Amino acid sequence: MSLAKLSLAEWITAAEAEALPFAEFCLGLQVKQTELSSAEITARMEAMLAVMEESIAAGLKGPRSKGGLVGGDARKLQQYSQSRQKTLMGRFSGKAVAYALAVGEANAAMGRIVAAPTAGSSGVLPGILFALKEEYDLDQIQLAGGLIVAGAIGMVIASRASLAGAAGGCQAECGSAGAMAAGAMVALLGGTAAQVGQAVAITIKNMLGLVCDPVAGLVEVPCVKRNAGAVAQAIIAAEMALAGITSVIPVDEVIDAMESVGRSMHCSLKETAQGGLAVTPTGLELTEKISAR
Amino acid sequence: MNIFDIIGPVMVGPSSSHTAGAVRLGNAARAILGQPVIEATIGLHGSFAQTGRGHGTDLALVAGLMGWPTDDLRIPQAFDYAREAGLHYFFRTIDAGDAAHPNFVKFWLTGQNGVKSQVAGASIGGGRVVISEVDDFPLAFTGDFPTILTLHEDRPGAVAEVTGILSKCGVNIAQMKVFRKNKGGLASMVLETDQPLAEADLAAVAGLPMIKTVRCIHAISGQGV
Repeated sequence: MSLAKLSLAEWITAAEAEALPFAEFCLGLQVKQTELSSAEITARMEAMLAVMEESIAAGLKGPRSKGGLVGGDARKLQQYSQSRQKTLMGRFSGKAVAYALAVGEANAAMGRIVAAPTAGSSGVLPGILFALKEEYDLDQIQLAGGLIVAGAIGMVIASRASLAGAAGGCQAECGSAGAMAAGAMVALLGGTAAQVGQAVAITIKNMLGLVCDPVAGLVEVPCVKRNAGAVAQAIIAAEMALAGITSVIPVDEVIDAMESVGRSMHCSLKETAQGGLAVTPTGLELTEKISAR
Repeated sequence: MNIFDIIGPVMVGPSSSHTAGAVRLGNAARAILGQPVIEATIGLHGSFAQTGRGHGTDLALVAGLMGWPTDDLRIPQAFDYAREAGLHYFFRTIDAGDAAHPNFVKFWLTGQNGVKSQVAGASIGGGRVVISEVDDFPLAFTGDFPTILTLHEDRPGAVAEVTGILSKCGVNIAQMKVFRKNKGGLASMVLETDQPLAEADLAAVAGLPMIKTVRCIHAISGQGV
């Protein structure tokens, strides 16, 4: 399916011309696109948020994954953070990373999640959104606005590059999820539409070239920890953008670069489990063990 | 494309292609059979055969045959529920050839009243699926739309009579294709529509002289929230 190319820069300019907060502008776009009312779209986003919140709770219980390679790390990080006055990441980032790990682990254990944009990268947005909710006192309607901004960013990436690991490597999955979360975060913290674009550009630049190399082909190793990595990149990019730092390469061009990097990536590094971590001695040993079961 | 293509679907993990897509393939196969499944042989090809178990593809396919949605929390226990429901399932590895999609599955199904159907299709990413074969007919539809599937005599006028009924009851056709095995023999029509067809109108199509069978599959994708 080939899609007409969308432009984040165009949307940013349009939002500024109409003097609309970016979340409101994106909601308006979706009303036109879906022929649903803004209340209906917001309600559906709130329903997705409820599923995300449940998946965080499920993952924090430490379920064991289907392949047996992951589970329990979200709880470990949460307990460690809660037992210390001071942590390297601080309260906000510590929570965001723990929640992202939780959703990744719930997903690997066949729990219910929201693919956002994919199942493999489903931890990033809930991690950021629910840490924001708790640490910045946001309500569910505000979070729904953040999710709509994230969705709009995802549409631009889907139209110019890809959201699938099989097509673009992990940069397309966790990289896109990180970019969507960074943009949502900037919008929710009162950043301008232009700053949303900067956060998206900086996140993708820092995750460009990330390969998809799952051990035994499962959505477990390294996928769960890569969700945590994407959260960290999103936070770094959002904070830089809010401080007024800009990307030298414009956002749409950065997305196009991700597409061309994905195209030139060898197929052994695009979800085939034929390269990278999947073919390390340990990766191969685990693959053999799992397939013998 | 809209926001719900990016945020969603709500699904049981771990993989949109190997888990959510597998549920939808099962949903489509059950809908084509048109009644509860009592016996299913499920042939797995390519990546479905190689990494399917670790992704719960096998559980997801059986869950789909029971008509469950992609986010049903019982999916990890689908085998236990299937046994309870009297659904006997058998898995085997098949080689559908190099041209087949890596996430390809073929079902041989028997329904409650003895009706049999063969259905094959693939999970093409993000939970989206394509059905590519029904009862030895090569065809193609996604299940994104309500779909009408006929088996009819390959004679002039068959298509016009069916589309005539749809036109009278205000059902708009989004896509349609006609497939046949050989000229003048049996043919199959796939009509993807914007509105579902009412029972009475479906009966009118079934009553047409050239129509052998007609089946109606309701949209299986976009279950979301």
